[in-house]
Parts: sequence; structure tokens; C-alpha cells
Amino acid sequence: MIIQRVARWIDNRLGASRAARTTLNKVFPDHWSFMLGEVALYCFVILVLTGVYLTFFFTPGTKEVVYHGSYAPLDGVKMSQAYESVLRISFDVRAGLVMRQIHHWAALMFVAAVIAHLMRIFFTGAFRRPREINWMIGVTLLILAIANGFTGYSLPDDQLSGTGLRIAYSVVLSVPVAGVWTAFLIFGGEFPGNEVLTRFFVIHILIIPVAIAVLLGAHLAILVRQKHTQFPGRGRTNTNVVGARLWPTFMAKTLGLFFLTFAVLAALGGLAQINPVWIWGPFEPAAVSAGSQPDWYVGWLEGSLRLFPAWETRLFGFEIPNPFYSGVVIPGITFGLLYAWPFLEARVTKDYEEHHLLDRPRDRPVRTSIGVAALTFYIVLFAAGGNDVLAARFDISVNLITWVFRIFLLVLPPLTALLTYRLCRELQARDHEKPRPTAVLERTQSGGYVEVEEPAGAPRA
Amino acid sequence: MSAPDRERRAVNQVAVAFGVSALASLGLAAVYWQGGQNQVEGVLLAIALGGLGYGFVVVARRLLPQGPYTEERDVLPSSEGQVAAFETDLERGEGWLARRGFLVKMLGVAAGALGVAALFPLRSLGPNPGNSLRRTKWRRGSLVVDEQGEPVRVRTLEVGGVLTVFPEGHLEREDSQTLLIRISDENVVTRKGREDWAPEGYVAYSKVCTHAGCPVGLYQQDVKRLLCPCHQSSFDAVEGARPVFGPATRSLPQLPLMVDDNGLLRAQDDYDEPIGPGFWDRGR
Repeated sequence: MIIQRVARWIDNRLGASRAARTTLNKVFPDHWSFMLGEVALYCFVILVLTGVYLTFFFTPGTKEVVYHGSYAPLDGVKMSQAYESVLRISFDVRAGLVMRQIHHWAALMFVAAVIAHLMRIFFTGAFRRPREINWMIGVTLLILAIANGFTGYSLPDDQLSGTGLRIAYSVVLSVPVAGVWTAFLIFGGEFPGNEVLTRFFVIHILIIPVAIAVLLGAHLAILVRQKHTQFPGRGRTNTNVVGARLWPTFMAKTLGLFFLTFAVLAALGGLAQINPVWIWGPFEPAAVSAGSQPDWYVGWLEGSLRLFPAWETRLFGFEIPNPFYSGVVIPGITFGLLYAWPFLEARVTKDYEEHHLLDRPRDRPVRTSIGVAALTFYIVLFAAGGNDVLAARFDISVNLITWVFRIFLLVLPPLTALLTYRLCRELQARDHEKPRPTAVLERTQSGGYVEVEEPAGAPRA
Repeated sequence: MSAPDRERRAVNQVAVAFGVSALASLGLAAVYWQGGQNQVEGVLLAIALGGLGYGFVVVARRLLPQGPYTEERDVLPSSEGQVAAFETDLERGEGWLARRGFLVKMLGVAAGALGVAALFPLRSLGPNPGNSLRRTKWRRGSLVVDEQGEPVRVRTLEVGGVLTVFPEGHLEREDSQTLLIRISDENVVTRKGREDWAPEGYVAYSKVCTHAGCPVGLYQQDVKRLLCPCHQSSFDAVEGARPVFGPATRSLPQLPLMVDDNGLLRAQDDYDEPIGPGFWDRGR
């Protein structure tokens, strides 16, 4: 067989057979929640594929040009080269629009999959020793995913992306001492600056993708070294992994998942319009419209900027402007806590042991409640990011809705935490109430069969 | 159904899925060749990929060995002996470093200096902010023009009318965008010390929000309030654009206006404070 000859040729030069065999036999636990990280990985692959195609046609220039393409409503309108090239991709490059829309949908799904994966890891305690390093790499990947989403969103130089950049500039400007210089260095001068598109382009297509690729490699290498976690169950212990082997079963399954992920994104890219920049129009500094919402993963920051009360600090003639609190401190605390969580929890629970068996969320009611409270907090912020849309839809004053969200933000997290705690306790109690069937039959002395039951109160195994 | 039957059915399903995928791919190529159409391309691509995905999933679940297989974990920490041996080897260099403390310090100095020097090129990324955040393009006597560059006359706006204006020669200049509102037909005093700033009822405020810099684009004529559509800060146009709701903490700076002999609106001077979002030494 040709494959065997190639393998032998390689082995004679690298001596890789033993490692390759271990890899082929690597065991992957079978649980649906384990596919979330894979979906994130495949979204990244799809982003690179579609992104490379777009790069061939996109021009990150701010030079003003007059449009004469095939989209008639904007004929004769002055715009930047960047915006014009996005119109060309959308209307004149064959397969350009479908690629652009798949790319945008994949970005939305990428961050969603990363966050869903993070929630799975959090609620099952998979971040505990020995996986703290991979947890921190994962949090970094989340930050990079959001950053790359934002830089990509900014590139078309349309009205919405310009507004987003305007706000980002003001947030950077608000940083004490370093803010003004930092903003000028990033934007190449006072907003709007002429440099930001070129720079974001390099960051978007080179710097962050390479960083993501490198960290993904480390993430997966550490995963292979440490092996997967698994939910407890028959035959599954802290010292083994039970599931399907990489070759061939898991390989087929994960390839299937890759193609299905891509298929869903292709269908969305073809059928569901996303970010129609030709409707928003080219960026003009003096224009803005109500109902300006960013991509979903920036919504919580938008909500934070909207909800934060009109506070700022003034001392000795210096000031800390309002957006510093809502745009820098809140995300800073968010990611700081995420990075620190494995260590905080270990310190509080005094549990420094190695864990390869996952927790059921109900069995760790405190952690689960804290997680749900945090989620509630960010969901309220996210909803508040659309307070003007909600106000218009339900015909109530935006001031009222803002106040409601401010109260929700403080009241709902402790409330949901309390409810979650109670729910976990109830579920635990139910687990202990009755013996559990095991589907294992035992022969009795008299020749009959009975099903073995696990006694009530035993840890679920 | 017997096991061979089930297997035959699975094989058929996979074959059909791969076949459909191949047809969709051919269709995709044909659509592209014919000039392309976004929706059809998306659907055909989805079918081509979905067929492959479905086929692989059936293969994985029905046709390949299911296990479960068990793999033992390695013990992650190395044995005491290995760790000790590593530490001995590390000591080889570490001990040398400890004895040569002075060299290590000098290396630190050299590396630190190189690091600092390497930071300097960052300076090329942008100009010195200087006082660019404190000045706009408005000057004493600047002619007030609309977005087309037409000068604004006293009779241009009815009472209640609004217009985005710029200093002549600086159209679309982001930091100079100004909102002109006619809130009355006689002089308006928005605040003490601004007695002659709003001739003929024309008040002019910086259009850059003092919160996060969005254009404060909405004027609610009934309550005479300005609303920023980004984060819903609102400002009272009668009382010097004092913030009345939302995250903004400061009033929109007001541009002092005058009417020249030809009935054209002009600026008396630049804004008397930095416009737009705050920064740490704004008050200095």
C-alpha cells in the first residue's frame, strides 16, 4: 500500500511511528458538550479560508474616491477606497458577497462557540488542576477573538463601523495619563486619523490570526499531553479516559462536524443578510443614526457604556472620564476574574488535587450560582446595549428603560444566583431520593435475573 | 432489522449523501460560471458541505468501531528522581549565575536599555497630541457654513430648526462639527457670562458628545433637548446643553456666535474649552 510505503519512508527519517501510533489511538470521550471547542476551532479555520479570499480584493485605504460601480444608489458618492472595495466585493466580485457573509457569520459563531466552550469548562470544573494553563490560554483566545471581530468590523469604513471606532477612540482617550498618547499612536493622530484602517488591517489579517493560531496550537498540544477530562460513569476513573479512538472513528466524526459547521455557515452566508454596508453608507464623521448596534459580542460593552451613571472623578485639576469606568474597568475586572478563577476557587475550596473527572453543575452549587450570576450580569448589559431599540419597539421612554436595566443589573444577578443555588440543592436531593437503575443484570441464586441498582446517595458513577 | 441490513442501509445513506454533495458542487461551479448568484451559491455550498458532513457522521456512528476504548492516563508530575536530576543540571548554570551577580546585573542593564531603545520607534506611529485636542478649526470671525458649504444667514432657520455646521473651509472636519439650533427669534442667554453668544435665538453647540464622542444628532424640539443616539445622553439646549440624562457628565461646549453686517452668522471665537470626550489633563 502506498500509505504504508510513505509511512515507512517518513519513519526511516523521523522515527515517528511510536508517537504516530499513540496519536492514532488517542481516546476522545463521547459527550455532546465536547464539540463546542471543536466548533470554535472549525470556525477559525473557515474564517481563515474565507478571509484569505477577501484579502485578495480588499483595499485598506482612506483615500477618497468617487464610486462608479454596479450598485446604482451610491453612484457618484464620495467614499474611502476601503468602503469602495467592500462594495466591489459585494456586487462585482463573483462569489464575493457569499464569501463576505460567510466570513461575518463565522466570526459571530466563532465568539459564540468560544464562549459556550468556556461555559462548559467553567460549569463542569474542567479548569481545575492540572488544566489552569489551558484555561488561561483559552481566556486569551476569547479576548483575541473579540479583538479580531472588532478590527474586522471596523475595516469596511461604513457608517456603523466608523461609529464603533469613534467610541473605541474615546475609551482609549479616557485612560489616565497614557490615554491621549496611546489614542494618538493607535489612530495616527486625532480621530478619525488616516492610519487606523491600514493598521487595523494588519492587526486583523496578520497579528491576531497568527497569535490565535499559535495559542490554539498550544491549547491543543496541552490537551493531548494532559488528555481529555470526562464525566464520571461506569468504568471511568480519574486515571483513565474512555471513549472513541482518534483513528478512525473520532476522525470521521469530527470531519463530519467540520463540514456541518461549514454547511450551516454557508447557508447563513447565502440566505441571511449580514452587515449590508451599502445600506449604512460610507462613514461621515458628523452623521449617526439611532439603533446603532455593534456585533453581538461587543454588546455587553455597549450596554456598560449606556448604563453607567454620569460619574467621573476630578482631583487636583485632573480627571478620570466616565468611559474609563464603563469601557476599561468593567472589561478589565471581567477578564481579570476569568484569568484568576481557577486559583481563586482552589484557594477557597483548599482543593489543590488533580481532577480529570468533571463535576455535574448541580454538585457544585456555589460555583454554579456564581457562574449564573455572572452570566445574568452580562446578559443584562447586553440587553441594555439595545435600550434604544427596545424603547422604540415597546414605545416606552429610553430613560425609563435605562433605569430599569440599571436596577436589573444590580438585582438580577444575586436573585438568579439564589434561585440557581436552590435548584442545585433540589436536584441533588432528587438524586439521593431513589436508587438508580444501572441497566446491569445479575443472576440470582434461584436462576432469575434482577437489575442492579445503585444505592441512593451514592456519588453518581 | 438485522445487523447486516443496518450496515447496508448506512452504506447507502453515506453513498447518497456524498453523491448529493458532488452534484451540489457541480451546480456551484455552474452557477459561478453563469455569473454567480449569492443565495444559490450559499445554498449549493451548504448542500455540498452538508452532504459530506452528514456522510461522515453516519460513517462515524454506524460503520466504524464504537468502542468504548479505555486509555490510561500518564502520571503528569515527573518522579522525584527525575525532578532532582533536572534540578542538578539546572544548577550548572544557575550556580554560575549566582556567582556572577555583577555580570547578571550588567546584562539586565544592557537588555533594559535595548528594550527602551526598541520602544522609541513606536513614537513614529502618531504625532504629538500637543494642543490638538484643545483647539478646533473655529476662529474669531469664522463664517458658519452648512454641510454643502453654503453660508448660514439669520433667515436660514425657522424657530425650532436645526442644522449641522462647520467653519468655512473645514467641511466634514470631525472636531469642528457644530449643531446650530434656532430656539427663539431674539437673543438667548443660555448661561451667565454668555449674554451675547446666541444672537437672534441661534445657539451653537459642539456636536461631539462629551461622553464617547458620537455626533449628538437628534434634537427633540418639544422639550428642546439634544440626544446622543449612541448612549442616550441628553442635553438641555436652553440651559447651555447641560446633561440631563445618560452617562455624559459635562455640558456640550457652546460656540459664541455673532451676526455680521451682511446678516451672515460668524463665530466670535473658538470654543472656550476642549470639545468631545474627556481625557485626564483636560482641565489643565
